[in-house]
Amino acid sequence: MGLILAILVQGIQMVLVLALAPGLVGFTRKVKARLLRRQGPSILQPYRDLLRLVRKEAVLADNASWLFRNAPYLIFATTWVAAALVPTFATGLHFSWAADLIAITALLGSARFFLALAGMDIGTAFGGIGSSREMLFSTLAEPAMIMIVFTVALVAGSTQLSTVAAFMVDHSTLRVSLGLALIGLIIVALTENARVPVDNPATHLELTMVHEAMVLEYSGRHLAVIELASALKLLLYISLIACIFAPWGMARQDDGLIGMAIGAVTWIGKLAVGGFLMVLFETAIAKMRVFRVPEFVGGALMLGLLGTLLLFVSRSF
Amino acid sequence: MERFSLDAAHLLAGGMVLVSFMMLYQNRILGLLNVFAAHAVVLSLSVAWQAYVQAAPHLFVTAAIALLLKAITIPVALHHMVLRLGVHRDIETVGGIGPTMLMGMGLVALSMVVMLPAAAEADPIAREDLALALSVILLGLLMMVTRQNAISQIVGFMSLENGLVLAATGARGMPLVVEISVAFSVLVAFIVIGVFLFRIRERFDTIDTQALDDFREGRE
Amino acid sequence: MPIAAALLSVAGLAGVAVVAPILVARRAAWATSIVYGASFVLAAVLLVCGLSALLGGSAYQGAVHLPIGLPWIGAHFVLDPLSAAFLVIVDFGAMIASFYAIGYGAHEEEPGRVLPFYPAFLAGMNLVVLSADAFGFLVAWEFMSLSSWALVMAHHHDAENRRAGYVYLLMASFGTLMLLLAFGLMAGPDGDYVFSTIRTAAHVPWLSGLVLVLMLLGAGSKAGLVPLHVWLPLAHPAAPSHVSALMSGVMTKVAVYAFIRVVFDLVGEPAWWWAVTVLTLGAGSAVLGVLHAVLQRDLKRLLAYSTVENVGIVFIGLGLGLAFKTNDMAGAAALAVTASIFHAFNHSLFKSLLFFGAGNVLTGSGERDIEKLGGLVHRMPETAYLFLGGCLAISALPPLNGFVSEWLILQAILLSPDLPQWALRFLVPASGAMLALAAALAAACFVRAFGITFLSRPRSPAAETAHEASRWQIRAMYALMALCLVAGVFPGPFLDALSPVSQLLVGGAMPKQPILPHFSIIPISESRSSYSGFLVFFFILMASWAAIRVIHNFASRAVRRAPPWDCGFPDPSPATQYTADSFAQPIRRVFGPIAFRAKIDQTMPLPGDMAPARLTLSLRDLVWEFIYAPLEGAVLYAAERLNVLQFLTIRSYLSLVFAALVLLLVLVATWA
Repeated sequence: MGLILAILVQGIQMVLVLALAPGLVGFTRKVKARLLRRQGPSILQPYRDLLRLVRKEAVLADNASWLFRNAPYLIFATTWVAAALVPTFATGLHFSWAADLIAITALLGSARFFLALAGMDIGTAFGGIGSSREMLFSTLAEPAMIMIVFTVALVAGSTQLSTVAAFMVDHSTLRVSLGLALIGLIIVALTENARVPVDNPATHLELTMVHEAMVLEYSGRHLAVIELASALKLLLYISLIACIFAPWGMARQDDGLIGMAIGAVTWIGKLAVGGFLMVLFETAIAKMRVFRVPEFVGGALMLGLLGTLLLFVSRSF
Repeated sequence: MERFSLDAAHLLAGGMVLVSFMMLYQNRILGLLNVFAAHAVVLSLSVAWQAYVQAAPHLFVTAAIALLLKAITIPVALHHMVLRLGVHRDIETVGGIGPTMLMGMGLVALSMVVMLPAAAEADPIAREDLALALSVILLGLLMMVTRQNAISQIVGFMSLENGLVLAATGARGMPLVVEISVAFSVLVAFIVIGVFLFRIRERFDTIDTQALDDFREGRE
Repeated sequence: MPIAAALLSVAGLAGVAVVAPILVARRAAWATSIVYGASFVLAAVLLVCGLSALLGGSAYQGAVHLPIGLPWIGAHFVLDPLSAAFLVIVDFGAMIASFYAIGYGAHEEEPGRVLPFYPAFLAGMNLVVLSADAFGFLVAWEFMSLSSWALVMAHHHDAENRRAGYVYLLMASFGTLMLLLAFGLMAGPDGDYVFSTIRTAAHVPWLSGLVLVLMLLGAGSKAGLVPLHVWLPLAHPAAPSHVSALMSGVMTKVAVYAFIRVVFDLVGEPAWWWAVTVLTLGAGSAVLGVLHAVLQRDLKRLLAYSTVENVGIVFIGLGLGLAFKTNDMAGAAALAVTASIFHAFNHSLFKSLLFFGAGNVLTGSGERDIEKLGGLVHRMPETAYLFLGGCLAISALPPLNGFVSEWLILQAILLSPDLPQWALRFLVPASGAMLALAAALAAACFVRAFGITFLSRPRSPAAETAHEASRWQIRAMYALMALCLVAGVFPGPFLDALSPVSQLLVGGAMPKQPILPHFSIIPISESRSSYSGFLVFFFILMASWAAIRVIHNFASRAVRRAPPWDCGFPDPSPATQYTADSFAQPIRRVFGPIAFRAKIDQTMPLPGDMAPARLTLSLRDLVWEFIYAPLEGAVLYAAERLNVLQFLTIRSYLSLVFAALVLLLVLVATWA
């Protein structure tokens, strides 16, 4: 009985992240539009876009290979699995032991691997430019993420997110290293989600774009699945930051339905706050030149390394 | 409470190290001035926190000086100066930003190695604050060494001085007089350098200190 | 007794090597199948021996003493957990490579230059792993080096291959010399060369330190540690592809075995600075190797540089093991050493897979330069699929095996704040960052390798007319791919199998890995970290299956083919695609100035000027410039000075000999 319930809760989490991800994107777009004194589309617009895209026929380039057709589903699946493993409204979910934070990072790496390959499949200049730059950013963002994981893990004594979240609730302290890790994680999140100082999610046909350049040849259901995956990734990163640095209100393993409900409500609140802050930052800052980005992401790597070093020399940092 | 005050002190001192790194990362002069102002703000917060924790009211004066002088007056004046002089707004670094940051990491590690075992018996606030303050000082020096532009060298110098103040307040015992005199000496230095800058600029049409070298005697 | 069977099989391999020339002279086409078939069978027997000794416990292990070799030593052989583990690595690779070669060997132009040396090479590697005295070890080591040198020189018409062979021969002799000195130091004045007596002898600490340095030079040069790696990217690609796979995937592991055997097993208690040296070299090799790999245009050379990276990762793990071992942290040391040997095993799998893929590309299109390839996914679908699997595994992506071993090494790093030495406390997190950087760069490197070679549009007629490889080649690759997946999805049994090895080396073992729940692996304790490759794999499969089913059933499954959109400006010329160089350009620009002192000079003519614009890029190989070039200069200088000796009269030669003899006699007289 307990097992079925546990699997059920895990299933709810998987469905919930999937259902909320486009809403989060819609929300950020709406807030951004309002900050720019525009009306903006409805929050539900991404859902409508996805539905429409899914129903259309997919147009494939003449020389598209099997990889091009299958990559969207693999990208979606790895991202979804990663998102399902981050504690959102409750800690200690049944399958959260399947992968720790390092594995989640690597799962996102798999998604990126397929995306970059898909960008190169047709053999157009734009796809190549996107893949090349995406891989460049990832060469710094991924180690940065690993070092941030190290910092967090050394403080909490575990790389399991559920344990980390429980530790942070019980021992909420101010730590220099955690502060460094938070800033680093925000930089990584902005980079990985192709947000403004690194990439502009709203542009097309611009030589500086990265993410959009890779998916340029996709259409119909394939595009829908990729868009959904990138929405999931945004949700994942905000949930991740919330889970490590603001874990309050999450339901424990043995909390009942009410605890779960409270957890869900606070989680949605955290998503809204996180999305709002991100958009606020985006509107206040200009996009960088491409070759300034490695310095920006390298900063995150350095912060992570600094945090880890401080913890290695003295546990009280 | 004890634990919390310690952590907050560390967080603020760590914040100064972070802002020092942000200064190393900047490649625009005006951006650098803003970050420097932030550096001074964090310093004054840190000093004020120490004043509160140690119940030492004179440190509030230090904090106020840091806020007024270093966070407001000097950055504004420098800002003004940059605009007046029409200085080239990009900062030329010696050896790129990435390697400089890496070197900065090495310096932080070095100051940890030097301070933590040396002051093993000292009380933990002083010990770890001192290590972080030494990092700020070394990063300020690194900044002065790796920048060619006179204004960023001044900024590096003043961030170094911020590190000294941080070290002094952590060590519980710097008299107010010393602090005030240090602050004024910095101000005087600032004025002198400012005047100096205008003079160089008149002479050589640049404030790149590399240019000064070219005019030294005995050099081909 | 597995060891007797193993030795008999090795003798069988040597026998095959002897009869191979006769077979080739009779009928070359048969000879290929017979030699490789026999090698396959014998390697399989050796694999079974290794597996039984590793899994069956002490009943299947044992030692043998044969009265051959030096009369006062004889030949000692041993099959303990460590040699059994490496016997498995060697012979699994050898078995699959022989299978692959049955297909690949048909393309060989001069089988007489490959067939005799191939079984000899296998025999040499097996003997290194099995022998238990310094003399036998060194003879086997030299046998392995020379037979692989002969294989590198198989295609000697190419001047580049001849140069590769020359550099390889030099480095191999240097390495053997270092090993010779290391064993000489360990044997001490009594000259006892049997491993069991070396192990129990008392070792002077500074002499042990010297042995470590000599082992790093000797075994490290064979394994490809930076800065001793220079021969590796020249020699590995020069050999036929199945031999490249063996050299990269397996022979480097034999070198790792030699290092582990001496440093962990024979030479006594390590000192903490050993860990510092090994970690630094490992981390440096990992990052520099992959940075070189990202910039390569030759597919096989790219793979060879990536071997340097992976050997670096293995050595990071070994360095951590040494650090924990000196501080008596047996559990952590066991984790690090197990992770590192597991990575060695994994690397032998996916590197062989990738070299086989490169071999297929070579037989299918005749090209190794990826700038001339492209679009092979249409012409060689199965090779593309399998090569993709290898790329995923080597890029440390879940749920494949490369991720598991790197994850374990990262977990070991998280245990190291408890180390008391300050130097290690700074170095360990730094090498963790280097490891993560290397993994991320490897992903970029293999996106480039796969994307440029197999995806996009063909860049040359050779790529357009490429054809799929033979069934033998494909099946060999399927076997490797399957094992990569199994080792990634069910890593628990593999780690359990390595526990006697870590027990032998560091006196501790990882906790027994549970089957329930969900085949997860737990390096230390469940609350610290766990990973279940099985669940991750299962979830990915289910999620993608569900997505495809839902969308195809409830939405649309219509597909229309059309010309590429390319923002409305498609260009039919394949030259407009991203090339391998352009893909690597951003990475070169970011990391190049530090790692290679990259300099770019652009000269743009003024408007109206008809001169061409120029872009010159200069990359400097700092290792070569600062270590090898001065050495080369010194050798040349010495040679110039000694050149006069070539033109003396017979009388002066005789007097030289006489003087040398007298000098030696005087030395002996004063010494004793």
